[in-house]
Amino acid sequence: MVPTSAQAPLLKVHQLKKYFQQQSSLLGKTRNWLKAVDGVSFSIQAGETLGLVGESGCGKTTVGRTVIGLYQPTAGWVAYKGVNLARAKPAERLEYRRQMQMIFQDPYASLNPRMTVGDIIMEPMVIHHPEMGKKERMERVNELLNMVGLNPEHANRYPHEFSGGQRQRIGIARALAVEPEFIVCDEPVSAVDVSIQAQIINMLERLQEELNLTYLIIAHDLAMVKHISDRVAVMYLGKLVELVDSEELYLNPLHPYTKALLSAVPIADPDVERQRKRILLEGDLPSPVNPPPGCYFHTRCNQVLPICREQEPELRELETGHFVACHNV
Amino acid sequence: MVGHLLEVKNLEVEFTTYAGVVKAVRGVSFEVDPGEVVALVGESGCGKSVTAQSIMQLIPSPPGKITGGEIIFDGENLLEKNEHQMQKIRGNKIGMIFQDPMTYLNPVLSIATQVTENLRLHKGMSKKEAMERAVELFHLVGIPDPEIRLKQYPHQFSGGMRQRVMIAMALACEPKLIIADEPTTALDVTVQAQILELLKELKDRFQTAVILITHDLGVVAGQADRILVMYAGQIVERGTLDEVLKTPQHPYTWGLLKSVPRLDADKSRKLTPIWGQPPDLLQEFSYCPFMPRCDYAMAICAEEMPPFFNGGRARCWLNHPQAPKVEFKKEVS
Repeated sequence: MVPTSAQAPLLKVHQLKKYFQQQSSLLGKTRNWLKAVDGVSFSIQAGETLGLVGESGCGKTTVGRTVIGLYQPTAGWVAYKGVNLARAKPAERLEYRRQMQMIFQDPYASLNPRMTVGDIIMEPMVIHHPEMGKKERMERVNELLNMVGLNPEHANRYPHEFSGGQRQRIGIARALAVEPEFIVCDEPVSAVDVSIQAQIINMLERLQEELNLTYLIIAHDLAMVKHISDRVAVMYLGKLVELVDSEELYLNPLHPYTKALLSAVPIADPDVERQRKRILLEGDLPSPVNPPPGCYFHTRCNQVLPICREQEPELRELETGHFVACHNV
Repeated sequence: MVGHLLEVKNLEVEFTTYAGVVKAVRGVSFEVDPGEVVALVGESGCGKSVTAQSIMQLIPSPPGKITGGEIIFDGENLLEKNEHQMQKIRGNKIGMIFQDPMTYLNPVLSIATQVTENLRLHKGMSKKEAMERAVELFHLVGIPDPEIRLKQYPHQFSGGMRQRVMIAMALACEPKLIIADEPTTALDVTVQAQILELLKELKDRFQTAVILITHDLGVVAGQADRILVMYAGQIVERGTLDEVLKTPQHPYTWGLLKSVPRLDADKSRKLTPIWGQPPDLLQEFSYCPFMPRCDYAMAICAEEMPPFFNGGRARCWLNHPQAPKVEFKKEVS
């Protein structure tokens, strides 16, 4: 049930699972598994932007971190350019690691406060391009700082001297340092002020065009994801519930969770807000340690069928390119 | 001026820091009428939270200090009250809902102790009466199994449920005014929708006035009656919900609307960012503080602070009768 396309995808994720062990007793005797990601499949074409949305705890960040290799998958695989990353030879894996970079959510925690901005941006080059000389690297740092709209003089300063938006730019420059082809952006603007968010989003779009990048954008802000993505995948409790073209997602959502999510996003227009009908979800998110049987969403769904309580729905392609995991559509 | 529930006049708040004196609030004036929802909108550091904390006199002092102005609540100037008198107002006549319920709730006290504290203190209820009222309040804010939940501790509640507890606490003494400081910012959208719906319902039912502090114009659009837009410690635009969101008169408000992605917008709609960054509040402004970021800045903007034009809608020289006419067309789908 992997979305397919004529062209071979740049990245393919197949039945990816990532469980985290949890100690439940003081002596560590009984162990539970937190199923952060529970069988997620998707693929991304070169030059495409795939948005991954969901609420906190749905496993979207874990997907991103597993894709990039920060976590080892519990089951399933991630293939980049047709090569399973877990089985790749070390030299090959290092090369793919260069091509796949990440932009982190928190621009305060993801920059080392004791390193200068220049050293931070240079670090990936030290690992992936040991042959480069110091002067060459400095030139590249200047080039990168210009690219993200910062001043080359900033290379000698420390992260604390910068605002949140500027720090996010530094994080982007670092990700671009070794000329990647694929970038995972984990909540790239959520820690940034509203008036600065558009600066960062527009820059990500410009860089994609200029450098022919492929993005996996992970975010909870549906409006932002819809704006920047070609296709959007919606996650709930470790599983994909819907995957579709971003325009279509808004016009024709099929999964009841997607519908509720869309109806909950406020729109800054009083006329629109007055006319909107909210679908309010009942209750809270179930625990990913002990998910409900059958469809994970059935405890909060307003269109439950008896089958939903027993059988887990598969992600099916209902219309071309529109994948939904629901018994009721 | 009879009828206003709250009147803030020329409020000025300063913080003394190592770098110098930060003027966080610079002459803010506004009114809140009974039963009305007034939204205070702006980015971090614009002074919206400090304004709200000043009303409750919760500014940490030192370093903070209210250096000027008046806050008239129900006919009394709150700034003339001492700590003891303020304690009778906080949580009693004015309720407060904070952004992060986990840091507001005490982790080592049971929920029951915390919810009933207000009632016992302000209303002189006995333990039993207060518990009965707490159960009633939990029903009101939609917390199932109140008797069991009241015996639990904050960590046993989810984010949305904790926010409901806070709302229950804020409502406990039937206040005339609730200050909600980013009440849903820490919550997921579906939970945010639940909480906003609840707030609206309760406001209508009890005719409580609400000061809603948020950076999210979407939240404002669904909740507020009037909007105050703050920038660099000042109110730069004010008006009714429709006035401010549909016909903004300050380039900053307009900029905010254009820079936010909208769910219902066409994909072809480009975001127009506001360039640069908010100004350093250590400095004094003899000119318009938004001028360095403004696309429409004129010579006068760098020389003189604009007053409110057009019956007090916006603080911008563009609204001067002699200024060139600029149409703020909202470029939305």
